[in-house]
Formats: sequence, C-alpha cells, structure tokens
Amino acid sequence: MVLTLIIVAAAASFTLATVYNLTKEPIERSREAARQEAIGMVLPAFDRLVSKKLMPPSGSDSLEFNLAFDNGNLIGVAVSTYTGMGYSGVIRAMVGLTPDGEIIDVVHLEHAETPGLGDKIEKGKSDWSDQFRGFDPSEQALRVRQDGGDIDAITAATITARAYCDAIERAYLTFEANKQEIINKEEE
Amino acid sequence: MGQLQNFSKGFIRENPVLVLLLGLCPALGVTTSAFNGLGMGLATTFVLVSSNIVVSLIKNLIPAKVRIPSFIVVIASFVTITQLVMEAYLPALFDSLGLFIPLIVVNCLVMGRAEAFASKNDTFSAIIDGLGMGLGFAFALTLLGGLREILGAGEFFGLSLFPGDGMLVFVLAPGAFIGLGYLVALNNIVKKKLDKTA
Amino acid sequence: MEYIIIIIGAVFVNNIVLAQFLGICPYLGVSAKVPTSVGMSGAVMFVMTLATLVTFLIFNYILVPLNIEYLQTISYILVVASLVQMVEIILKKVSPALYQALGIFLPLIVTNCAILGVTILAVREDYGFNLLEAVVFAIGNALGFALTIIIFAGIREHLDLVDVPKGMRGAPAALVVAGILALAFMGFANLV
Repeated sequence: MVLTLIIVAAAASFTLATVYNLTKEPIERSREAARQEAIGMVLPAFDRLVSKKLMPPSGSDSLEFNLAFDNGNLIGVAVSTYTGMGYSGVIRAMVGLTPDGEIIDVVHLEHAETPGLGDKIEKGKSDWSDQFRGFDPSEQALRVRQDGGDIDAITAATITARAYCDAIERAYLTFEANKQEIINKEEE
Repeated sequence: MGQLQNFSKGFIRENPVLVLLLGLCPALGVTTSAFNGLGMGLATTFVLVSSNIVVSLIKNLIPAKVRIPSFIVVIASFVTITQLVMEAYLPALFDSLGLFIPLIVVNCLVMGRAEAFASKNDTFSAIIDGLGMGLGFAFALTLLGGLREILGAGEFFGLSLFPGDGMLVFVLAPGAFIGLGYLVALNNIVKKKLDKTA
Repeated sequence: MEYIIIIIGAVFVNNIVLAQFLGICPYLGVSAKVPTSVGMSGAVMFVMTLATLVTFLIFNYILVPLNIEYLQTISYILVVASLVQMVEIILKKVSPALYQALGIFLPLIVTNCAILGVTILAVREDYGFNLLEAVVFAIGNALGFALTIIIFAGIREHLDLVDVPKGMRGAPAALVVAGILALAFMGFANLV
C-alpha cells in the first residue's frame, strides 16, 4: 500500500522533472523576449545594450538599468522598475529615459489591477500612459493632479495612477542618484 | 448510456458550473473576459481528460485505501505540467490566470470525475466523460466571461461592441456572483423546458 | 502593527471569498445554517493555519534549496490532504455531532481552494513574508472566511422566508446575495 503510493509519487516527480527541464528554456526565452520587447518600446534604435543593477534611494529591491548605446554614444536608459502601492499588489514597468533624464516612454510589464479600471495603464487598453512621453521630471512633478502633480489620474482608479507614478519616479530618482556613474559608462 | 449522451450531458443537464455548482472559484475568479474564461476552461479540460485517462488505466493497480492520495498526485502532476507549458508558450494568458492555474488541482470537478467516473469505467468512456465535462465547464466559463465582458467593458473577445465604459460593476467581484446567479437561473429554466419536451 | 495590517488586509480589503474568489464551494455548500457555517469556519481556520506553517517551512527549507520549486503544487496538496485526514479523525472522536453536521464537506476541505490558495500566496515573492507573518496572514484569511460565511449563512436563513421568483430559488438567489455582499465589502478598498 505504502509502496504503491511511493511508486506513484516517484513516477509523478520524475515526469515533472522531465517536463520542467523541457520547458525551462522556452520559459526563459519568452521572459527574455518580453523584456527585449519592452526595452525596444521605450528606447530609440540602439546597437549595444549594457545591463546593471542599481539600488533605488527608497524601495526594497534593486532596479535593472539597461544602458543603450548607438555608435558608442549613450542614447538612453531603459529602467525596469516597480511599486508596491498598486490597488492589488505589485506593478512593474519599463521606463525609457534620455541621458538627460527626460522620459521617452513607459510600458507596463506586470500588474494585477482591476480590469476596466486600473488596467488602463496598459498601452493597448487606453492612451493614458502616453502623457508620460517627453515628460521632464526635473521640471514637472511626477504626481497625479489630486496630489499637486502634473499627471492626469485615471477616472475611478486614482490609486493605480498614483502607484504608476511612484514606480516611474523610483526609476527617475535612481537614475539621478547614479547619473555620474551612468554617464561615465559612456566614456569606456 | 450512449457515448453521445455521455459527452453531451456536461453542457446543460449536468453542467459542472451551472447545475452541479462545482469549480466555482475559477468560474468566478478568472471570468473578467471571455478569452480568460475560455483559456481557463481549456486548461481544465486538458487536466480533466489526462487525469481521467491515467486514473482509468491505473484503477486496478491501486489499493482502495490509497486511492484518493494517488489520484491527487496524478492530478497535481498534470496541473504542474499545464502550468509549465502555459508559462513557456502562452505567457500572457499565464499572467492573467495567475493563481488559478495551480488551483485547478483543487477544482472539485477534476477530483469528482476521477473518483466518481474514471475509477469505475473503461478508458474510452473516461476520455469522453472528461471531454464532455471539461468542455461544458469551458462553455459555462466563456458564457460568464462573455457576459461580464460585454456588460462591464462593452467588448467581446477584446472587440469593442459599443463605445464607452459599460457597467464596471460586472467586471468587478460583485458582478461575478450576480452574473453567475442569473446564468444558473437561466439554465434552470432551459433545463425544465428540455425535460418537458423529452 | 504590521501584523494588524496583514490581518485587516486579509479580512476586509482582500477578503478571500468576496475579493479573491477562493473557497466558494464550502461558502455556498455549508452556509444554509449558521451553526454549520461556524463549524466549517473552525475546521478551515485550524487546517489553514497549520497547513501554512508546514508548507512555508517545506517551501523555504526543502524546495528552494533543492531548486525544485516546480513540485510546489504537488507537495502542498499532499500536506493539506494529510492535515484534513487528521482533523477528520480528531473531530470524529471529540465531537460526533459536528462530524455529522459537516458530513461530506470535511473531506471536501481538501479540495477547498481557500486552503491551497492561501498556502501558495503566503510564499509569494512580492509579499516577502517571514514565517510569523505567513502564519498571521493565514489566520487573517481564515478569519475573513469565517466572517463572510457566517454573515452569509445569517442572510440565507432569512432568504428561506422570502418569496423568491421560481427560477431564482436556491443557488441563483444565494449567488446574487453573495454579489451584494461583495459590493458591500468593496467599501473597505484602500483601507490599508
């Protein structure tokens, strides 16, 4: 009786190990493809990409900075950022910045916001996130208007909009704090 | 019972969601759109058919006392396989179904069919039963997802039907319960009509 | 303070039944009378807390070090199943009346997705819970389950006395009531 159970469990574990090894590579490939696609969406064309992790001034986890070069010149930085302030959990986004710190574009990576309300942060669902294009955080405030900022909130989903601003601001502040290091990278 | 009847019972007469009220958690949790409902329904169908096949094959080898734990192991394996394959090839659907994929393992429907049908019947009948029940489940989920998507977002399978936002409450949690309530009532009426003509 | 936030969040804001859609089967199945729903809540609370404790340790000290996280689902469900068996044996001895009342639904606690759902959520990376927080999270969710199922049972007892249209009797009416309850719980959004 116990033997049968052990055999069943062993067979199951073996099958799963096999499937896991078979799908491991496609899973990593599809994650990598999603990351590349997001980087491509928020940056102009580049020929070389250098990735590094930097700790934000506030927040629990490091951000991934993808420095994009074209003919040896730094043309932009794609920052994979996050916020824990979402309406339902963590929101992740990719923020493209020019070497001067101006926002090129923003695209969401992962969220669990309410369908029909908070999911308007997705580019395909609404053009809400277009207002970040060309936004200069050094001159305007990355906050929703209710909080005295320059970003229009999403109707009935202010929490989500506020969280998205928080994620983008985290990327920008980390960029500013490490600007010297990032610019130096250019001269290598 | 003919195989055709065995197959078709899952749609209206013994629909797992609308009549037997099984597997309601995913039925309510993922049906914010018709696409999600269909995806969840098909994933469940895959697990249901696969576990029905294996259970009906090994039913004579398993002592009665460890039957349930063995079935659970079989089902959990297929669920994990579904999870891994979906993450590899359908990452977008994987993200939107989230927690509910590992939870297929506790879908009373899957365990119920393994225990009540597959462990007592031959493999072919078990496949038909799994297909019928699974597709009936997918049918109910797509229906509920479609209803909520149309009323809540004014879209169907992502295609915009009318401009504007729709009644958002249907996309939110309360709409799931209320929408399902009315679908169950509707199915009750249809079933009664069918019984009268039969 | 953090523990209080976790509990309030689990009970009111992200209520396991009304917002996360977990544990719907027992929610509809054993909510016809208040006393049975109280018994079910007790069983769920016991199993959920214990299961989270055990699975948290298994995940962080066995699955992660060995790099076999893909066995999560299968090992979790086995832990839950054995725990339920234990509760069943204890209950049979200690309270035969309650055992009678819960009847078929006690074995069904194995397939109560609330239990498995909470154990999986408790080890999610973005929560970053430690052991104590995970257990508090489980207790909070069990309390949330208890609160909603007991309120619901109270309403359903009254529903029996109301003249409901024929097609809506039974499950449909109960589901609509659950929907209205979910609407009420949405008022707690953004509380923490």
